[in-house]
Amino acid sequence: MTTTATRPAALDTLSWLEAEGIHIIREVAAELERPCLLFSGGKDSIVMLRLAEKAFWPARIPFPVMHVDTGHNFPEAIDFRDRRVAELDVELIVASVQDSIDQGRVVEETGPRASRNRLQTVTLLDAVLAHDFDALFGGARRDEEKARAKERIFSFRDAFGQWDPSNQRPELWNLYNGKLTRGEHIRAFPLSNWTELDVWQYIKREDLEIPSIYFAHDRPMFKRDGMLFPVSEFVPRLPGEDPFDARVRFRTVGDMTCTAGVLSEAETLEAVVAEIAATRITERGETRADDRFSEAAMEDRKREGYF
Amino acid sequence: MTTASLADPLDPLGPDQRTLLRLATAGSVDDGKSTLIGRLLFDSKQTFIDQMEAIERSSRTRGEDDVNLAYLTDGLRSEREQGITIDVAYRYFSTPRRKFILADTPGHVQYTRNMVTGASTADAALLLVDARRGVLEQTRRHAYLSNLLGIRHFVLCVNKMDLVDWDRPVFDAISEELTRFAGRMGVTDVQAIPISAKLGDWVVEPSQNMSWYPGPPLLELLETLEASDPPQHHASRFPVQYVVRPLREAYHDYRGYAGTMASGVLRVGDRVKVMPSGAETTVAGIDAFDHELAEATPPMAVTVRLTDQLDIRRGSMIVAADHPPIAASSIDAHVCWMSERVPLRERDRLVVKHTTQTTRALVEEVGARLDVNTLEYDLTASQLSLNEIGRVRLRLMAPLSVDPYDESRETGAFILIDEATSATVGAGMITAGE
Ligand SMILES: Nc1nc2c(ncn2[C@@H]2O[C@H](COP(=O)(O)OP(=O)(O)OP(=O)(O)O)[C@@H](O)[C@H]2O)c(=O)[nH]1
Ligand SMILES: [Mg+2]
Repeated sequence: MTTTATRPAALDTLSWLEAEGIHIIREVAAELERPCLLFSGGKDSIVMLRLAEKAFWPARIPFPVMHVDTGHNFPEAIDFRDRRVAELDVELIVASVQDSIDQGRVVEETGPRASRNRLQTVTLLDAVLAHDFDALFGGARRDEEKARAKERIFSFRDAFGQWDPSNQRPELWNLYNGKLTRGEHIRAFPLSNWTELDVWQYIKREDLEIPSIYFAHDRPMFKRDGMLFPVSEFVPRLPGEDPFDARVRFRTVGDMTCTAGVLSEAETLEAVVAEIAATRITERGETRADDRFSEAAMEDRKREGYF
Repeated sequence: MTTASLADPLDPLGPDQRTLLRLATAGSVDDGKSTLIGRLLFDSKQTFIDQMEAIERSSRTRGEDDVNLAYLTDGLRSEREQGITIDVAYRYFSTPRRKFILADTPGHVQYTRNMVTGASTADAALLLVDARRGVLEQTRRHAYLSNLLGIRHFVLCVNKMDLVDWDRPVFDAISEELTRFAGRMGVTDVQAIPISAKLGDWVVEPSQNMSWYPGPPLLELLETLEASDPPQHHASRFPVQYVVRPLREAYHDYRGYAGTMASGVLRVGDRVKVMPSGAETTVAGIDAFDHELAEATPPMAVTVRLTDQLDIRRGSMIVAADHPPIAASSIDAHVCWMSERVPLRERDRLVVKHTTQTTRALVEEVGARLDVNTLEYDLTASQLSLNEIGRVRLRLMAPLSVDPYDESRETGAFILIDEATSATVGAGMITAGE
């Protein structure tokens, strides 16, 4: 052997995660015909978009970005979304749940607990067909939920968008098999191995802008099922659910009808992360109303094609 | 490592030089792998209140006596119904010394392919044995597969010691048998530890019941376990993943080759060869988004510029000019076969994915099949069935730039894809090429 270089030091965790994410994004872009990146304006999709920006620099990101829009958004998140997309000069596709309702593809739930969260699946799958996408990048992390903990980085969906958790393809090393059979598409998860704390550390390291609702702010809220929800025109309140002003931040950015906030004084990234590092409740447990109903709520939604 | 580089719990955004250790569990069905991962997470206070409430609820609904810690990883409905692990679960946890990714794999032989999935990215294996049952065929299969995949560090957990009266001779006999077995595979680093995953003995805390064991507890062992050197020679290998040609005025003449460093060090100014053509050129620059680098090392994802315009595309490999890989039109490899549909037979045609290159292969010979109990190869074999391991020779439609797997994981590994179903049906580890 002629080369005698010493073994390089191992990369720190964030650099390792970043490299893995970029590798996955390039692999999808190289092997699939029409990928698309799901962008909600939330922290995970912000990090994912950053990795995509790095993966192809100095070229533009070679695929569009899609927001599945329930119409029940935090205005702050939509402003942010539009600004970021303009900065990167990428194509934005908005797939609207309202359109799906207007076209009779789905029926709006009714009552004070109505949410469009589940309806998104139909809107998403319709958009996949309409645009002929064969791969969707999602910002899901395995540390979020027990069904996600089981999911491959390249995860296959049949023509009905269904995930079959008991029959996943083996996935070895970093050799991803992107071959599809007819009607299938791939959900690719570049942040699979990131934890919530990794995401925050990366936001800090890269100095990434995030929507203002991640920081403590005053907002009218009301209490339901032991959680604090933002007052909005989208959620009719039940008797006794009186609004009050509170200082809150949000740990995830989702649909306003099912994303709860937490009481907080954290106005800076450092303060937010200090709170998150100390919390004893998971991100979903603290903020998502939709996962509380059954043992396998997420697995069931994923089987139906949810992201 | 100096203390200054450790994470500061009071400053989660501060400098954090902790590295990752990737671990995979291994062992036969019901030996307690998932329970152990649950116990590790719970006793090291890495579980969340709502998670614990949820698994307490699930345990109660299913009429179990105690909280079933295996539910922290056995998250699928069918896993809980059947009481076994079906697919790998990944869990993340950290201590002030280290970050961990744990892959909890299934022990059932039917799901060996999922175990292989979890082990393929692991630095070390947590091998479990049920103290009552001892070393089983499946224990040996998992140990062999882990070793074949390049894992050189084994922690042997002799579990369920509570069911054998914490008996030291039981522990000694099992650790001796397994250490001997590992030795025959060439594995010298086996650390054995007696535990009860269910009760917590020697997992995070010392055990009163087994004071004859000197320690340290499993968690401490994992924190100090020597991180694996993935087999990797020092010659540079850079498989081209994607050609970057910005169609923007400011970067009119930019042409870069994006990829992930597979081995060695690539430096600006290095003389390199481009495989498969063998044409030589020089590294003009290494770009990583907002800065230029003087060198790149694995597993960095970078974009390389070269001084000459050559025919380079996805599947090309930029390599050290003085130490190129083998340009192989035929390869010998260990293959673990994972198809339920058909066995691997001579004359079969399959798709091979190796680094960023995909080609077709003809199975020229299935030369030998492993008996995992004896570690002997049956030389009369001519096919491999589901979950069998064998030696195979493949003839390639287009040449691949390969190294032996035990010299370079990244350029020595490949997967086999069934063209009829697009499924991944084989894991291959190259031993030779020509
Ligand atoms: N008494 C006792 N029982 C244990 C211990 N560890 C695990 N068990 C029990 O053994 C059974 C199997 O445990 P699991 O953790 O599901 O085993 P596993 O190795 O993950 O099984 P697979 O993933 O299906 O291969 C469960 O009933 C556990 O409660 C132990 O230390 N002592
Ligand atoms: Mg298990």
